[in-house]
Amino acid sequence: MGAAPKPASSDDEGFKRELIQLIPHLRAFARTLTGDPTAADDLAQDAMMKAWDARASYQMGTNMKAWTFMILRNQFYSEKRRSWRQSQLDQEAAERTLVAVDDPEAPVALDELRQALSSLPEEQREALILVGAGGFAYEEAAEICQCAVGTVKSRVSRARRALLATLERGGYARDGRAAGDAMRSILADADRLSGARSG
Amino acid sequence: MGNPAFPPFDNHKSVRVASVLSMTDKPSAARDASLPHGVEEARLRQQAIGVKLRHMFDQVVNEPVPDEFLDILRRADERTGGKA
Repeated sequence: MGAAPKPASSDDEGFKRELIQLIPHLRAFARTLTGDPTAADDLAQDAMMKAWDARASYQMGTNMKAWTFMILRNQFYSEKRRSWRQSQLDQEAAERTLVAVDDPEAPVALDELRQALSSLPEEQREALILVGAGGFAYEEAAEICQCAVGTVKSRVSRARRALLATLERGGYARDGRAAGDAMRSILADADRLSGARSG
Repeated sequence: MGNPAFPPFDNHKSVRVASVLSMTDKPSAARDASLPHGVEEARLRQQAIGVKLRHMFDQVVNEPVPDEFLDILRRADERTGGKA
């Protein structure tokens, strides 16, 4: 329990193995926080190193995914407080997102969902991502965000309502497409994705 | 408890989609014919958004991890005395 650097041990090996398995998930979470692939990978790498350096304080057998997500989230907010000019960053990320749309392979609905997500307040977005996409229970998401379970629940439910309203308004219609197409294409896409399930 | 900390990497998409669906998809009772149409419709839409949300996240999860990540970890491991 000392502060001295831990010698390499089999614990370290096990820890590293688990950490490596979590990298794809850390990247995905970072991408949703930053909205930018390059910034996201920087963030995920920082978080990975922080987790590695703090491995002595991690208890094997507890939820390492939630633990690393919490580290990543803390890293994100502390960096942001320090140096990120968030409004500008959001603007740039939004522009990049719009450019990325030109990829004809990219499903339209996904992009509209992304844009609708970016219009959510940050704490609602992260709660929804953790619970709705990251596979965390409300309790785990509360741990990661360091808030009460009830707070997570209400954030998720507000986020869901706001997303639905935004998509139904079709506020992000582009290329002259009629409003309302956003929701329609999401329904069609979800149908296709779930079709694979029964197929 | 039924929520494994480490979902398998081979990513059984169908299973994931099913689990997303089950988050919002209430069994039979909610499908009751007496349910107002608007409520059912909203539920379906939320469900579709859930599927897409999960898909969006999984797309990144399924990307190959850049070598940089493992390089950094390897260097850190060596720095702390890693392998003998």
